[in-house]
Amino acid sequence: MRAFADLLERLVFTASRSAKLRHLERYFASAPDPERGWALAALADGFETRYATPAMVRALVEERVDPTLFRLSYDYVGDLAETVSLIWPAVGSATVTEAKQAGEAPGLAEVVETLARTGRAERPALLADWLDRLDPSARFALLKLLMGGMRVGVSARLAKTALARFGGVELDRIEEIWFGLTPPYADLFAWLDGRAPPPQVDGRLMFRPMMLANPLEEADLEALAPDAFAAEWKWDGIRVQLAAADGEAKLYSRTGDEIGASFPEIAGAADFHAVLDGELLIVRDDVVRPFNDLQQRLGRKRVTRKQLAAHPAHLRVYDMLFEAGEDLRALPLDARRARLAAFVARANKSWLDLSPEVPFAAWDDLRAHRGDARDAGIEGLMLKRRDSPYLAGRPKGPWFKWKRDPLSADCILMYAQRGHGKRSSFYSDFTFGVWRGEEVTPVGKAYSGFTDAELRQLDKWVRDHTVDRFGPVRAVSFGLVLEVAFDSLHRSTRHKSGLAMRFPRISRIRWDKPAAEADRLEALERLIERPAAAPPAE
Amino acid sequence: MPATPGPDPESWLTVEAGGLYCRPGDFYIDPHRPADRAVVTHGHADHARPGNGAVLATEGTLAIMRARYGDAAWRAAQCAGYGETVRIGPVAVSFAPAGHVLGSAQAVLEYHGARVVVSGDYKRRRDPTCTAFDPVPCDVFITEATFGLPVFRHPPDAEEVAKLLAAQEAFPERPILLGAYALGKAQRLIRLLREAGVDRPIYLHGAMQALCDLYEAQGVPLGPLVPVAGADRKRLAGEIVLCPPSALADRWSRGFKDPLTAMASGWMRVRQRARQRNVELPLILSDHADWDELTATLEDVGAPRVWVTHGREEALVHHARARGFDAKALSLVGREDEDADGEESAP
Repeated sequence: MRAFADLLERLVFTASRSAKLRHLERYFASAPDPERGWALAALADGFETRYATPAMVRALVEERVDPTLFRLSYDYVGDLAETVSLIWPAVGSATVTEAKQAGEAPGLAEVVETLARTGRAERPALLADWLDRLDPSARFALLKLLMGGMRVGVSARLAKTALARFGGVELDRIEEIWFGLTPPYADLFAWLDGRAPPPQVDGRLMFRPMMLANPLEEADLEALAPDAFAAEWKWDGIRVQLAAADGEAKLYSRTGDEIGASFPEIAGAADFHAVLDGELLIVRDDVVRPFNDLQQRLGRKRVTRKQLAAHPAHLRVYDMLFEAGEDLRALPLDARRARLAAFVARANKSWLDLSPEVPFAAWDDLRAHRGDARDAGIEGLMLKRRDSPYLAGRPKGPWFKWKRDPLSADCILMYAQRGHGKRSSFYSDFTFGVWRGEEVTPVGKAYSGFTDAELRQLDKWVRDHTVDRFGPVRAVSFGLVLEVAFDSLHRSTRHKSGLAMRFPRISRIRWDKPAAEADRLEALERLIERPAAAPPAE
Repeated sequence: MPATPGPDPESWLTVEAGGLYCRPGDFYIDPHRPADRAVVTHGHADHARPGNGAVLATEGTLAIMRARYGDAAWRAAQCAGYGETVRIGPVAVSFAPAGHVLGSAQAVLEYHGARVVVSGDYKRRRDPTCTAFDPVPCDVFITEATFGLPVFRHPPDAEEVAKLLAAQEAFPERPILLGAYALGKAQRLIRLLREAGVDRPIYLHGAMQALCDLYEAQGVPLGPLVPVAGADRKRLAGEIVLCPPSALADRWSRGFKDPLTAMASGWMRVRQRARQRNVELPLILSDHADWDELTATLEDVGAPRVWVTHGREEALVHHARARGFDAKALSLVGREDEDADGEESAP
């Protein structure tokens, strides 16, 4: 637990990717089994079960600490797990016995394995015993692990990248088997240590790493031969993988999370044997609905009949990884696509169709189509080399996404926050707004789109025009206009302005433009995404 | 301690607009606006301010004030060693070590048989750069409460120094920018690093130099120190550069190549505060007493009455009352958190 807690502590305060990787690699190299395996599980996926509730933890601490002192401390610290980890009576105090002082602090493996065989009623006593035996930073790690909400800024991908470096193997090899492995990953570590061959996994319904596209720069086009590429629409849904075999099916998000329960009309009806790659959409009366409609369905454990009727899910497929157990990934795209077209026709499902190819002869044909993309409610175009095998990750060259031109608005800089890591001496996170009547209302936040030189200028402007400070945030006078580019705009009840921007970034700094001429809220409202009127041209 | 025969200390030691005031002696203790006569407990800028008339302090504190304020430090200064008694009118004043920074003292005031100890800022753990706190039995003990909440328990110094050395070992290609209060914390850190076996030069931000020189002149050896101003900032891989906390987020820090930022402060105990400072390596190291030290000190001193000055008074007063002390909060203005970006940290 000690080493794991130290690792978490370092990760939480480390901003740079390479430094995080170094911390992870050092940990995997030094921690024993099965400790490091459970740590990997906690970092990559978190624990699904909430073994401890806030009420349970509060009750435990109030048995040990003066309630007034606890209340004052909690008010000051603001986080329950942290307050408890700090205020818990230290080893050597009256409530912690001599025997415990002499005893070993529990390891992560002991914690996980004990919880697995302990009933709910015994958990408070168990937790109290562990807290007695740990130091504050390990108590914090334990509480966050058991209560959920451990945010250390490490993605599963980053943890696996560190593993690959530690073991000296290709990341793809870990990704390929990852979803067939289970904690504490003894077989994986045995392989990475060089003590055993790669683990054997059951791959029937396993998530396979996806092939991702790189953004296309217009300048790249001239170097590409049009006849080597196939074009498809880039649908504005979420990328999914459907794995079905033996009457069972699993629907995975891009990161390998299983989301089938939220979409029973698909996961419960896939009675074939294949692994398909496609876009999850809401399609009603043959019309693809805006992304916001899909959001109504995401993340639900149970779906009502009403939701199924109001927002019916649809799978629009564009690739096939396996058919009847046969791995198609090494085949060229054209061959996979032909197999997929035949497969979709045979399957004959109302919720399943093939994403059509967009025919073109020259790049200019596609440029014209791309101009229509916004009206059609889709995100742009995909270009895929016809001879490309299906490769894990984001290889450079075979696949491109060619997004429609972004929307833009002239907004007023309102607040600036200091950045992290290399940017910690710069005000680099900007909140901006537009006019609503005589006031400025915030509409979004951006921290990219400018050059380093522009960042210096922005930083200086912020320092020179500060009117108020709140910790790391400065409020500035309303005098600088930022041209903000964004992919789309949606209604939102969570924001004061009633709007939510997707992917905002700063496209230009309008040093020349007076704040009074920045956009008004009404102008932005006219840009809100509407459903596609008709399917795009085929 | 016999029953107090004279007037109640509340009648002769009061909080006035200028700070804590001793009426029969007509002097202030750590006044926060210029006073004709001042007793100064230690050299931090929120306790020792310029422009006073007559100043009574220890030799270390006077040296610090002189170094910082030059001729503006006072009109007349009087030095008193620990344990030496000076009469100011009818009041006997002496100093006892406070263990906070070089020269830091508790002011012990005796009047009509009653003894009041104004502790100033203090800590109880070992500090290789100053004399350890000495509990003085008294009728009224006036204590600070900077870390007066039971969530503040500073870990052993050696653990924090070990964290720093581990980071240095993990990232040998990065310079470590270590933010620390320029008076006291910086020199203590240097000594702790020396004790941990670091004998390489330690680099200094310009704001650190004068006080490090002063510590050395006062007999605290700090080993090889190099001003960073003259060094090639691109060639400081693996070196430790000490700077005031505010310099970490200042334009000053931009010249270094991929620096690892660290900060030593008692506030680093609370993640949210550490994250607000945007540092990669928070070190929990304070020159103030933590909760356990504060509460143990009340017992060690054994004064029946406890007055709590700046900090999180409410919790300490609550605790002291529960332990049977007659405790109350004294609201003193003008005291800063230990790593506030005050003048201490100007470049």
